[in-house]
Amino acid sequence: MAYSEKVIDHYQAPRNVGSFGKSDEVKERSDIGVGIVGAPECGDVMQLQIKVNDDGVIEDAKFKCFGCGSAIASSSLATEWIKGRTVDDALNIKNTEIVEELSLPPVKIHCSVLAEDSIRHAIADYKKKNDGAGETDSHTSASHNTN
Amino acid sequence: MPPSLPIYMDNASTTRTDPRVVEAMLPYFSEIYGNSASRNHCFGWDAEHAVNTARRQAADLIGAGPKEIIWTSGATESNNLAIKGAARMYAKAPAGESGRGHIITAIHEHKAVIDPCKRLEREGFDVTWLEPGEDGLITRAMIEAALREDTILVTIMWANNELGTINEIPAIGALCHERGVVLHTDATQWVGKMPTNVETDNIDLLSFSGHKIYGPNGVGALYVRRRRPRIRLEAMIDGGGHERGMRSGTLNVAGIVGMGAACALCSAEMDAEGERLFQLRTRLERSLVDSMDVVQINGNIEKRLPHITNISFGFVEGESLMMGIKDIACSSGSACTSASLEPSYVLKALGVGDELAHSSLRLSLGRWTTQEEVDYASLQIREAVEHLRAMSPLYDLHNEGIDISTIEWDAH
Repeated sequence: MAYSEKVIDHYQAPRNVGSFGKSDEVKERSDIGVGIVGAPECGDVMQLQIKVNDDGVIEDAKFKCFGCGSAIASSSLATEWIKGRTVDDALNIKNTEIVEELSLPPVKIHCSVLAEDSIRHAIADYKKKNDGAGETDSHTSASHNTN
Repeated sequence: MPPSLPIYMDNASTTRTDPRVVEAMLPYFSEIYGNSASRNHCFGWDAEHAVNTARRQAADLIGAGPKEIIWTSGATESNNLAIKGAARMYAKAPAGESGRGHIITAIHEHKAVIDPCKRLEREGFDVTWLEPGEDGLITRAMIEAALREDTILVTIMWANNELGTINEIPAIGALCHERGVVLHTDATQWVGKMPTNVETDNIDLLSFSGHKIYGPNGVGALYVRRRRPRIRLEAMIDGGGHERGMRSGTLNVAGIVGMGAACALCSAEMDAEGERLFQLRTRLERSLVDSMDVVQINGNIEKRLPHITNISFGFVEGESLMMGIKDIACSSGSACTSASLEPSYVLKALGVGDELAHSSLRLSLGRWTTQEEVDYASLQIREAVEHLRAMSPLYDLHNEGIDISTIEWDAH
Protein backbone atom coordinates (compact mmCIF):
# COMPACT_ATOMS: atom_id res chain seq x y z
CA MET A 1 0.00 0.00 0.00
CA ALA A 2 1.35 3.38 -0.87
CA TYR A 3 1.32 5.96 1.89
CA SER A 4 0.80 9.66 1.40
CA GLU A 5 3.78 11.90 2.03
CA LYS A 6 2.10 13.33 5.10
CA VAL A 7 1.63 9.88 6.64
CA ILE A 8 5.28 9.08 6.00
CA ASP A 9 6.32 12.40 7.50
CA HIS A 10 4.32 11.79 10.70
CA TYR A 11 5.63 8.23 10.88
CA GLN A 12 9.24 9.29 10.55
CA ALA A 13 8.99 12.37 12.73
CA PRO A 14 5.94 11.94 14.95
CA ARG A 15 4.88 15.11 16.78
CA ASN A 16 4.36 15.16 20.52
CA VAL A 17 5.28 11.58 21.30
CA GLY A 18 5.34 10.82 24.98
CA SER A 19 3.33 11.17 28.15
CA PHE A 20 3.08 13.39 31.20
CA GLY A 21 4.07 10.56 33.50
CA LYS A 22 3.31 6.98 34.30
CA SER A 23 -0.28 5.84 34.18
CA ASP A 24 -0.80 5.96 37.97
CA GLU A 25 0.83 9.40 38.22
CA VAL A 26 -1.33 11.07 35.60
CA LYS A 27 -4.41 9.46 37.11
CA GLU A 28 -3.95 11.75 40.13
CA ARG A 29 -3.63 14.94 38.12
CA SER A 30 -6.83 16.80 37.39
CA ASP A 31 -5.20 19.05 34.76
CA ILE A 32 -4.55 16.00 32.61
CA GLY A 33 -7.03 13.95 30.67
CA VAL A 34 -6.15 10.54 29.32
CA GLY A 35 -7.79 8.66 26.49
CA ILE A 36 -6.77 5.10 25.67
CA VAL A 37 -8.70 3.53 22.80
CA GLY A 38 -8.38 0.43 20.68
CA ALA A 39 -7.10 -2.97 21.68
CA PRO A 40 -3.89 -4.88 21.06
CA GLU A 41 -5.73 -7.76 19.42
CA CYS A 42 -7.22 -5.31 16.91
CA GLY A 43 -3.73 -4.15 16.02
CA ASP A 44 -4.07 -0.61 17.26
CA VAL A 45 -3.99 1.15 20.62
CA MET A 46 -3.86 4.92 20.92
CA GLN A 47 -3.08 6.78 24.09
CA LEU A 48 -3.68 10.51 24.12
CA GLN A 49 -2.92 12.73 27.09
CA ILE A 50 -4.00 16.35 27.20
CA LYS A 51 -2.82 18.99 29.62
CA VAL A 52 -5.44 21.66 30.18
CA ASN A 53 -4.77 25.06 31.70
CA ASP A 54 -7.00 27.13 33.95
CA ASP A 55 -8.74 28.68 30.95
CA GLY A 56 -9.84 25.30 29.64
CA VAL A 57 -7.29 25.45 26.84
CA ILE A 58 -5.31 22.36 25.87
CA GLU A 59 -1.82 23.73 26.29
CA ASP A 60 -0.01 20.50 25.60
CA ALA A 61 -0.78 17.03 24.27
CA LYS A 62 1.18 13.81 24.09
CA PHE A 63 0.45 10.59 22.32
CA LYS A 64 1.63 7.02 22.15
CA CYS A 65 0.44 4.62 19.52
CA PHE A 66 0.68 0.93 18.75
CA GLY A 67 -0.60 0.57 15.24
CA CYS A 68 0.03 0.93 11.56
CA GLY A 69 1.59 3.98 9.95
CA SER A 70 -1.82 5.55 9.36
CA ALA A 71 -2.74 5.11 13.02
CA ILE A 72 0.51 6.71 14.12
CA ALA A 73 0.01 9.60 11.70
CA SER A 74 -3.62 10.09 12.78
CA SER A 75 -2.73 10.34 16.45
CA SER A 76 0.30 12.51 15.78
CA LEU A 77 -1.84 14.86 13.72
CA ALA A 78 -4.51 14.89 16.42
CA THR A 79 -2.02 16.22 18.97
CA GLU A 80 -1.05 19.02 16.61
CA TRP A 81 -4.63 20.01 15.98
CA ILE A 82 -5.86 20.02 19.56
CA LYS A 83 -3.01 22.02 21.04
CA GLY A 84 -4.13 25.57 21.70
CA ARG A 85 -7.81 24.76 21.40
CA THR A 86 -10.28 24.77 24.25
CA VAL A 87 -11.51 21.34 25.25
CA ASP A 88 -14.89 22.08 23.70
CA ASP A 89 -13.41 23.31 20.46
CA ALA A 90 -11.24 20.18 20.26
CA LEU A 91 -14.40 18.10 20.29
CA ASN A 92 -15.26 19.63 16.92
CA ILE A 93 -12.43 17.77 15.21
CA LYS A 94 -13.95 15.16 12.93
CA ASN A 95 -12.31 12.01 11.71
CA THR A 96 -13.16 12.98 8.14
CA GLU A 97 -10.85 15.98 8.44
CA ILE A 98 -8.03 13.64 9.47
CA VAL A 99 -8.82 11.37 6.52
CA GLU A 100 -8.65 14.33 4.19
CA GLU A 101 -5.48 15.82 5.64
CA LEU A 102 -3.59 12.52 5.52
CA SER A 103 -5.22 11.21 2.31
CA LEU A 104 -6.11 7.97 4.07
CA PRO A 105 -7.50 5.19 1.87
CA PRO A 106 -10.87 3.62 2.81
CA VAL A 107 -9.28 0.67 4.67
CA LYS A 108 -7.53 3.12 6.97
CA ILE A 109 -10.55 5.23 7.92
CA HIS A 110 -10.80 3.35 11.21
CA CYS A 111 -7.44 4.86 12.18
CA SER A 112 -8.94 8.34 11.95
CA VAL A 113 -12.01 7.21 13.90
CA LEU A 114 -9.71 5.94 16.60
CA ALA A 115 -7.90 9.28 16.73
CA GLU A 116 -11.20 11.13 17.09
CA ASP A 117 -12.23 8.67 19.80
CA SER A 118 -8.98 9.23 21.67
CA ILE A 119 -9.66 12.99 21.72
CA ARG A 120 -13.18 12.39 23.05
CA HIS A 121 -11.98 9.95 25.69
CA ALA A 122 -9.18 12.23 26.86
CA ILE A 123 -11.56 15.18 27.18
CA ALA A 124 -14.19 13.06 28.90
CA ASP A 125 -11.54 11.88 31.36
CA TYR A 126 -10.46 15.44 31.99
CA LYS A 127 -14.04 16.56 32.56
CA LYS A 128 -14.78 13.62 34.81
CA LYS A 129 -11.79 14.44 36.98
CA ASN A 130 -13.13 17.93 37.27
CA ASP A 131 -16.43 16.90 38.84
CA GLY A 132 -17.99 16.16 35.53
CA ALA A 133 -19.00 19.81 35.47
CA GLY A 134 -19.88 21.67 32.32
CA GLU A 135 -17.36 23.48 30.20
CA THR A 136 -17.71 26.91 31.82
CA ASP A 137 -16.65 25.95 35.32
CA SER A 138 -14.32 23.07 34.53
CA HIS A 139 -11.20 25.18 34.92
CA THR A 140 -12.16 26.34 38.40
CA SER A 141 -12.64 22.83 39.68
CA ALA A 142 -9.39 21.85 37.98
CA SER A 143 -7.45 24.50 39.88
CA HIS A 144 -9.34 23.61 43.03
CA ASN A 145 -8.39 19.96 42.78
CA THR A 146 -4.73 20.59 42.16
CA ASN A 147 -4.43 22.81 45.25
CA MET B 1 30.15 -2.50 1.85
CA PRO B 2 26.45 -1.75 2.07
CA PRO B 3 24.27 -3.99 -0.06
CA SER B 4 22.34 -2.57 -2.97
CA LEU B 5 18.76 -1.70 -2.13
CA PRO B 6 16.00 -2.78 -1.97
CA ILE B 7 16.68 -6.18 -0.44
CA TYR B 8 14.42 -9.10 -1.30
CA MET B 9 13.56 -11.30 1.67
CA ASP B 10 10.23 -12.64 0.52
CA ASN B 11 11.35 -15.80 -1.26
CA ALA B 12 8.51 -17.82 0.26
CA SER B 13 6.15 -15.62 -1.78
CA THR B 14 8.01 -15.99 -5.02
CA THR B 15 11.57 -16.24 -6.22
CA ARG B 16 13.55 -14.56 -8.93
CA THR B 17 13.77 -16.84 -11.95
CA ASP B 18 17.32 -18.15 -12.13
CA PRO B 19 19.10 -16.66 -15.17
CA ARG B 20 20.12 -20.21 -16.17
CA VAL B 21 16.43 -21.10 -16.22
CA VAL B 22 15.57 -18.09 -18.35
CA GLU B 23 18.29 -19.07 -20.78
CA ALA B 24 16.91 -22.59 -21.05
CA MET B 25 13.43 -21.20 -21.75
CA LEU B 26 14.28 -18.67 -24.42
CA PRO B 27 14.43 -20.97 -27.48
CA TYR B 28 10.92 -22.15 -26.73
CA PHE B 29 9.49 -18.72 -27.39
CA SER B 30 11.10 -18.45 -30.81
CA GLU B 31 12.82 -21.38 -32.54
CA ILE B 32 10.97 -24.27 -30.92
CA TYR B 33 7.42 -23.05 -30.81
CA GLY B 34 5.50 -26.17 -31.72
CA ASN B 35 2.53 -27.61 -29.87
CA SER B 36 3.78 -30.59 -27.90
CA ALA B 37 0.56 -32.42 -28.84
CA SER B 38 1.29 -32.13 -32.58
CA ARG B 39 2.34 -35.65 -33.37
CA ASN B 40 2.87 -35.33 -37.09
CA HIS B 41 5.69 -32.84 -37.55
CA CYS B 42 9.08 -32.04 -36.12
CA PHE B 43 7.91 -28.80 -34.50
CA GLY B 44 5.61 -30.83 -32.30
CA TRP B 45 8.21 -33.56 -31.72
CA ASP B 46 10.80 -31.03 -30.57
CA ALA B 47 8.33 -29.47 -28.16
CA GLU B 48 7.27 -32.87 -26.88
CA HIS B 49 10.89 -33.87 -26.40
CA ALA B 50 11.50 -30.74 -24.33
CA VAL B 51 8.40 -31.40 -22.21
CA ASN B 52 9.51 -34.96 -21.59
CA THR B 53 12.97 -33.84 -20.54
CA ALA B 54 11.40 -31.42 -18.09
CA ARG B 55 9.07 -34.15 -16.86
CA ARG B 56 12.09 -36.30 -16.09
CA GLN B 57 13.80 -33.40 -14.30
CA ALA B 58 10.73 -32.70 -12.16
CA ALA B 59 10.24 -36.40 -11.41
CA ASP B 60 13.90 -36.81 -10.43
CA LEU B 61 13.63 -33.99 -7.91
CA ILE B 62 10.96 -35.89 -5.97
CA GLY B 63 11.93 -39.50 -6.65
CA ALA B 64 8.95 -40.14 -8.93
CA GLY B 65 8.58 -41.60 -12.40
CA PRO B 66 8.07 -39.17 -15.29
CA LYS B 67 4.64 -40.56 -16.06
CA GLU B 68 3.56 -39.54 -12.57
CA ILE B 69 4.02 -35.81 -13.26
CA ILE B 70 0.96 -33.82 -14.37
CA TRP B 71 1.72 -30.28 -15.51
CA THR B 72 -0.55 -27.56 -14.17
CA SER B 73 -0.61 -23.78 -13.99
CA GLY B 74 0.80 -23.77 -10.46
CA ALA B 75 0.41 -25.19 -6.99
CA THR B 76 -3.07 -23.74 -6.49
CA GLU B 77 -4.33 -25.69 -9.48
CA SER B 78 -2.38 -28.77 -8.37
CA ASN B 79 -4.02 -28.57 -4.94
CA ASN B 80 -7.48 -28.13 -6.44
CA LEU B 81 -6.99 -31.03 -8.83
CA ALA B 82 -5.61 -33.30 -6.13
CA ILE B 83 -8.16 -32.53 -3.43
CA LYS B 84 -11.34 -32.15 -5.47
CA GLY B 85 -10.23 -34.73 -8.01
CA ALA B 86 -9.50 -37.39 -5.39
CA ALA B 87 -12.54 -36.63 -3.22
CA ARG B 88 -14.94 -36.85 -6.16
CA MET B 89 -13.27 -39.98 -7.51
CA TYR B 90 -13.27 -41.81 -4.18
CA ALA B 91 -16.60 -40.44 -2.94
CA LYS B 92 -18.75 -42.94 -1.07
CA ALA B 93 -22.01 -41.46 -2.30
CA PRO B 94 -22.99 -39.60 -5.46
CA ALA B 95 -23.12 -35.84 -5.75
CA GLY B 96 -26.12 -34.28 -4.06
CA GLU B 97 -26.14 -36.77 -1.21
CA SER B 98 -24.57 -36.44 2.22
CA GLY B 99 -22.09 -38.89 3.69
CA ARG B 100 -19.84 -38.76 0.66
CA GLY B 101 -16.72 -39.41 2.70
CA HIS B 102 -14.39 -37.93 5.29
CA ILE B 103 -11.40 -35.67 4.64
CA ILE B 104 -8.73 -34.60 7.12
CA THR B 105 -6.87 -31.32 6.82
CA ALA B 106 -5.65 -28.57 9.16
CA ILE B 107 -6.76 -25.03 9.94
CA HIS B 108 -3.40 -23.48 9.11
CA GLU B 109 -3.08 -24.91 5.61
CA HIS B 110 -2.69 -22.57 2.65
CA LYS B 111 -5.92 -21.08 1.32
CA ALA B 112 -5.44 -23.15 -1.83
CA VAL B 113 -6.12 -26.21 0.33
CA ILE B 114 -8.62 -24.69 2.75
CA ASP B 115 -10.94 -23.34 0.09
CA PRO B 116 -11.20 -26.56 -1.96
CA CYS B 117 -11.92 -28.43 1.30
CA LYS B 118 -14.63 -25.91 2.16
CA ARG B 119 -16.17 -26.42 -1.25
CA LEU B 120 -16.15 -30.18 -0.70
CA GLU B 121 -17.84 -29.64 2.66
CA ARG B 122 -20.65 -27.85 0.84
CA GLU B 123 -20.81 -30.78 -1.59
CA GLY B 124 -21.56 -33.27 1.18
CA PHE B 125 -18.11 -34.36 2.35
CA ASP B 126 -17.18 -34.26 6.04
CA VAL B 127 -14.01 -32.38 6.80
CA THR B 128 -12.02 -32.57 10.02
CA TRP B 129 -10.02 -29.40 10.58
CA LEU B 130 -7.06 -30.31 12.77
CA GLU B 131 -5.58 -27.70 15.08
CA PRO B 132 -1.82 -27.70 15.51
CA GLY B 133 -0.07 -27.40 18.83
CA GLU B 134 1.69 -24.15 19.63
CA ASP B 135 4.72 -25.34 17.67
CA GLY B 136 2.61 -25.43 14.51
CA LEU B 137 3.20 -29.10 13.71
CA ILE B 138 0.72 -31.70 12.49
CA THR B 139 1.83 -35.13 13.69
CA ARG B 140 1.03 -38.70 12.82
CA ALA B 141 -0.72 -39.06 16.18
CA MET B 142 -3.09 -36.20 15.33
CA ILE B 143 -4.02 -37.82 12.04
CA GLU B 144 -4.41 -41.20 13.71
CA ALA B 145 -6.86 -39.75 16.22
CA ALA B 146 -8.90 -38.17 13.45
CA LEU B 147 -9.05 -41.12 11.03
CA ARG B 148 -12.47 -42.73 10.56
CA GLU B 149 -13.88 -45.71 8.73
CA ASP B 150 -15.08 -43.42 5.96
CA THR B 151 -11.90 -41.30 5.65
CA ILE B 152 -10.97 -41.07 1.98
CA LEU B 153 -8.36 -38.32 1.87
CA VAL B 154 -5.79 -36.67 4.11
CA THR B 155 -4.37 -33.38 2.85
CA ILE B 156 -1.59 -31.90 4.95
CA MET B 157 1.08 -29.50 3.76
CA TRP B 158 4.67 -30.61 4.06
CA ALA B 159 6.06 -27.27 5.25
CA ASN B 160 4.03 -24.27 6.29
CA ASN B 161 4.35 -21.21 4.11
CA GLU B 162 4.19 -18.64 6.91
CA LEU B 163 6.31 -20.46 9.49
CA GLY B 164 8.44 -22.92 7.56
CA THR B 165 7.47 -25.60 10.10
CA ILE B 166 7.68 -29.19 8.86
CA ASN B 167 4.83 -31.63 9.40
CA GLU B 168 5.42 -35.36 9.92
CA ILE B 169 4.77 -36.25 6.32
CA PRO B 170 6.59 -39.58 5.92
CA ALA B 171 4.98 -40.90 9.12
CA ILE B 172 1.56 -39.58 8.14
CA GLY B 173 2.00 -41.19 4.73
CA ALA B 174 2.88 -44.55 6.26
CA LEU B 175 -0.25 -44.35 8.40
CA CYS B 176 -2.42 -43.45 5.41
CA HIS B 177 -1.04 -46.36 3.42
CA GLU B 178 -1.73 -48.75 6.31
CA ARG B 179 -5.33 -47.53 6.35
CA GLY B 180 -5.83 -47.32 2.60
CA VAL B 181 -6.38 -43.57 2.69
CA VAL B 182 -5.07 -41.25 -0.04
CA LEU B 183 -2.45 -38.76 1.16
CA HIS B 184 -2.06 -35.44 -0.62
CA THR B 185 0.61 -32.98 0.47
CA ASP B 186 0.99 -29.39 -0.62
CA ALA B 187 4.78 -29.36 -0.86
CA THR B 188 5.08 -25.95 -2.48
CA GLN B 189 7.51 -24.63 0.14
CA TRP B 190 9.29 -27.94 0.65
CA VAL B 191 10.17 -29.27 -2.77
CA GLY B 192 13.42 -27.98 -4.18
CA LYS B 193 14.60 -26.99 -0.72
CA MET B 194 14.58 -30.37 1.02
CA PRO B 195 15.29 -33.91 -0.21
CA THR B 196 12.09 -35.58 -1.35
CA ASN B 197 11.28 -39.15 -2.29
CA VAL B 198 7.63 -39.91 -2.84
CA GLU B 199 8.32 -43.65 -2.47
CA THR B 200 10.08 -43.66 0.90
CA ASP B 201 8.02 -40.66 2.06
CA ASN B 202 4.76 -42.54 1.32
CA ILE B 203 3.04 -39.86 -0.71
CA ASP B 204 0.20 -40.35 -3.20
CA LEU B 205 -0.35 -36.82 -4.44
CA LEU B 206 2.12 -33.96 -4.15
CA SER B 207 1.74 -30.37 -5.34
CA PHE B 208 4.64 -28.12 -6.24
CA SER B 209 5.26 -24.99 -8.17
CA GLY B 210 7.81 -23.44 -10.51
CA HIS B 211 8.06 -19.94 -9.14
CA LYS B 212 8.96 -20.98 -5.59
CA ILE B 213 12.05 -22.81 -6.81
CA TYR B 214 13.63 -20.14 -9.03
CA GLY B 215 11.57 -21.18 -12.03
CA PRO B 216 8.91 -19.19 -13.87
CA ASN B 217 5.41 -18.25 -12.73
CA GLY B 218 2.35 -19.93 -14.19
CA VAL B 219 3.64 -23.48 -14.16
CA GLY B 220 3.39 -26.15 -11.52
CA ALA B 221 3.03 -29.88 -11.22
CA LEU B 222 1.06 -32.52 -9.45
CA TYR B 223 2.64 -35.86 -8.68
CA VAL B 224 0.04 -38.61 -9.05
CA ARG B 225 1.10 -42.06 -7.83
CA ARG B 226 0.73 -44.75 -10.53
CA ARG B 227 1.55 -47.90 -8.60
CA ARG B 228 0.94 -49.33 -5.12
CA PRO B 229 -1.68 -47.92 -5.16
CA ARG B 230 -2.64 -46.32 -8.45
CA ILE B 231 -4.37 -43.02 -7.70
CA ARG B 232 -7.19 -41.86 -9.93
CA LEU B 233 -8.54 -38.35 -10.14
CA GLU B 234 -11.61 -36.76 -11.60
CA ALA B 235 -10.37 -34.07 -13.97
CA MET B 236 -11.39 -30.47 -13.46
CA ILE B 237 -10.48 -29.22 -16.91
CA ASP B 238 -11.89 -31.24 -19.78
CA GLY B 239 -10.69 -30.84 -23.33
CA GLY B 240 -8.12 -32.55 -25.48
CA GLY B 241 -7.21 -35.21 -22.96
CA HIS B 242 -3.71 -33.89 -22.31
CA GLU B 243 -1.76 -35.10 -19.30
CA ARG B 244 -3.38 -38.51 -19.35
CA GLY B 245 -6.81 -36.96 -19.30
CA MET B 246 -6.26 -35.36 -15.92
CA ARG B 247 -5.54 -31.86 -17.16
CA SER B 248 -6.49 -30.85 -20.66
CA GLY B 249 -5.05 -27.82 -22.37
CA THR B 250 -2.12 -27.12 -24.67
CA LEU B 251 1.03 -27.33 -22.62
CA ASN B 252 2.96 -24.23 -21.64
CA VAL B 253 6.14 -25.57 -23.19
CA ALA B 254 8.46 -22.68 -22.34
CA GLY B 255 7.19 -22.60 -18.76
CA ILE B 256 7.51 -26.35 -18.41
CA VAL B 257 11.05 -26.26 -19.77
CA GLY B 258 11.80 -23.56 -17.20
CA MET B 259 10.32 -25.53 -14.36
CA GLY B 260 12.29 -28.60 -15.43
CA ALA B 261 15.51 -26.62 -15.53
CA ALA B 262 14.70 -25.14 -12.12
CA CYS B 263 14.12 -28.64 -10.73
CA ALA B 264 17.45 -29.85 -12.13
CA LEU B 265 19.27 -26.93 -10.50
CA CYS B 266 17.59 -27.62 -7.17
CA SER B 267 18.53 -31.30 -7.36
CA ALA B 268 22.17 -30.34 -7.89
CA GLU B 269 22.42 -27.41 -5.48
CA MET B 270 19.86 -28.01 -2.74
CA ASP B 271 22.21 -29.41 -0.12
CA ALA B 272 24.80 -26.65 -0.30
CA GLU B 273 22.13 -23.98 -0.67
CA GLY B 274 20.17 -25.24 2.34
CA GLU B 275 23.26 -25.20 4.52
CA ARG B 276 24.21 -21.70 3.41
CA LEU B 277 20.71 -20.34 4.03
CA PHE B 278 20.53 -22.05 7.40
CA GLN B 279 23.72 -20.25 8.46
CA LEU B 280 22.39 -16.93 7.24
CA ARG B 281 19.04 -17.37 8.95
CA THR B 282 20.73 -18.36 12.20
CA ARG B 283 22.83 -15.21 11.99
CA LEU B 284 19.74 -13.09 11.34
CA GLU B 285 17.68 -14.60 14.15
CA ARG B 286 20.50 -14.43 16.69
CA SER B 287 21.23 -10.81 15.95
CA LEU B 288 17.57 -9.90 16.47
CA VAL B 289 16.82 -12.08 19.48
CA ASP B 290 20.04 -11.16 21.27
CA SER B 291 19.68 -7.42 20.82
CA MET B 292 16.07 -6.86 21.91
CA ASP B 293 13.64 -8.02 24.55
CA VAL B 294 10.29 -9.68 23.81
CA VAL B 295 11.26 -11.07 20.43
CA GLN B 296 9.70 -14.43 19.68
CA ILE B 297 10.35 -16.89 16.88
CA ASN B 298 7.05 -18.49 15.91
CA GLY B 299 6.67 -22.20 15.25
CA ASN B 300 8.83 -25.17 16.11
CA ILE B 301 12.40 -23.95 16.31
CA GLU B 302 14.02 -27.19 15.12
CA LYS B 303 11.61 -28.64 12.61
CA ARG B 304 11.71 -25.76 10.17
CA LEU B 305 12.81 -25.11 6.62
CA PRO B 306 16.25 -23.50 6.67
CA HIS B 307 15.36 -20.29 4.87
CA ILE B 308 12.17 -19.02 6.52
CA THR B 309 11.82 -17.22 9.82
CA ASN B 310 8.66 -15.84 11.38
CA ILE B 311 9.41 -13.43 14.21
CA SER B 312 7.16 -11.38 16.46
CA PHE B 313 8.46 -8.14 17.93
CA GLY B 314 6.34 -7.42 20.97
CA PHE B 315 4.54 -4.07 21.31
CA VAL B 316 5.18 -3.11 17.68
CA GLU B 317 2.59 -3.43 14.94
CA GLY B 318 3.76 -5.29 11.86
CA GLU B 319 2.66 -2.93 9.16
CA SER B 320 4.27 0.05 10.83
CA LEU B 321 7.38 -2.07 11.26
CA MET B 322 7.43 -2.81 7.54
CA MET B 323 7.06 0.90 6.89
CA GLY B 324 10.24 1.42 8.88
CA ILE B 325 12.16 -1.15 6.87
CA LYS B 326 10.95 -0.05 3.49
CA ASP B 327 14.15 -1.18 1.78
CA ILE B 328 13.50 -4.76 2.85
CA ALA B 329 10.77 -6.71 1.06
CA CYS B 330 9.12 -9.18 3.41
CA SER B 331 5.69 -10.20 4.72
CA SER B 332 3.81 -9.56 7.93
CA GLY B 333 1.09 -11.40 9.82
CA SER B 334 -0.40 -8.06 10.69
CA ALA B 335 -4.03 -7.56 9.85
CA CYS B 336 -3.23 -4.23 8.33
CA THR B 337 -1.29 -5.85 5.54
CA SER B 338 -4.28 -7.93 4.49
CA ALA B 339 -7.60 -6.89 3.09
CA SER B 340 -9.50 -8.78 5.78
CA LEU B 341 -8.21 -6.78 8.77
CA GLU B 342 -7.70 -10.10 10.55
CA PRO B 343 -4.24 -11.02 11.77
CA SER B 344 -2.61 -14.13 10.35
CA TYR B 345 -4.87 -17.15 10.79
CA VAL B 346 -1.75 -19.31 10.81
CA LEU B 347 -0.30 -17.56 13.84
CA LYS B 348 -3.71 -17.58 15.53
CA ALA B 349 -3.87 -21.33 14.95
CA LEU B 350 -0.68 -21.68 17.01
CA GLY B 351 -2.26 -19.74 19.84
CA VAL B 352 0.08 -16.82 19.27
CA GLY B 353 -1.70 -13.92 20.96
CA ASP B 354 -3.39 -11.52 18.60
CA GLU B 355 -1.10 -8.68 19.60
CA LEU B 356 1.97 -10.80 18.80
CA ALA B 357 0.38 -11.96 15.54
CA HIS B 358 0.00 -8.30 14.60
CA SER B 359 3.68 -7.87 15.44
CA SER B 360 5.12 -10.54 13.19
CA LEU B 361 7.41 -10.48 10.19
CA ARG B 362 8.10 -13.36 7.85
CA LEU B 363 11.55 -13.12 6.32
CA SER B 364 12.43 -15.74 3.73
CA LEU B 365 15.93 -15.94 2.33
CA GLY B 366 16.88 -17.22 -1.08
CA ARG B 367 19.53 -18.16 -3.60
CA TRP B 368 20.95 -14.65 -3.87
CA THR B 369 20.66 -13.53 -0.26
CA THR B 370 24.04 -12.36 1.06
CA GLN B 371 25.45 -11.96 4.54
CA GLU B 372 25.68 -8.21 3.95
CA GLU B 373 21.97 -8.15 3.23
CA VAL B 374 21.20 -10.12 6.36
CA ASP B 375 23.28 -7.79 8.51
CA TYR B 376 21.74 -4.72 6.93
CA ALA B 377 18.22 -6.10 7.41
CA SER B 378 18.92 -6.91 11.02
CA LEU B 379 20.14 -3.39 11.70
CA GLN B 380 17.16 -1.81 9.94
CA ILE B 381 14.71 -3.97 11.85
CA ARG B 382 16.33 -3.14 15.17
CA GLU B 383 16.21 0.58 14.45
CA ALA B 384 12.58 0.41 13.36
CA VAL B 385 11.55 -1.62 16.41
CA GLU B 386 13.28 0.89 18.70
CA HIS B 387 11.66 3.83 16.89
CA LEU B 388 8.21 2.24 17.27
CA ARG B 389 8.65 1.06 20.84
CA ALA B 390 9.55 4.60 21.82
CA MET B 391 6.00 5.54 20.86
CA SER B 392 4.26 2.32 21.90
CA PRO B 393 1.88 2.62 24.85
CA LEU B 394 2.07 -1.17 25.19
CA TYR B 395 5.83 -1.07 25.65
CA ASP B 396 5.35 1.51 28.43
CA LEU B 397 2.89 -0.79 30.18
CA HIS B 398 5.30 -3.68 29.78
CA ASN B 399 8.10 -1.61 31.30
CA GLU B 400 5.82 -0.61 34.19
CA GLY B 401 5.39 -4.32 34.83
CA ILE B 402 1.77 -4.43 33.68
CA ASP B 403 0.66 -7.51 31.78
CA ILE B 404 -1.32 -6.15 28.85
CA SER B 405 -3.40 -9.31 28.65
CA THR B 406 -4.91 -8.41 32.05
CA ILE B 407 -6.24 -5.06 30.82
CA GLU B 408 -9.80 -4.71 29.66
CA TRP B 409 -9.48 -3.00 26.33
CA ASP B 410 -12.15 -0.83 24.89
CA ALA B 411 -12.19 -2.71 21.59
CA HIS B 412 -13.68 -0.83 18.71
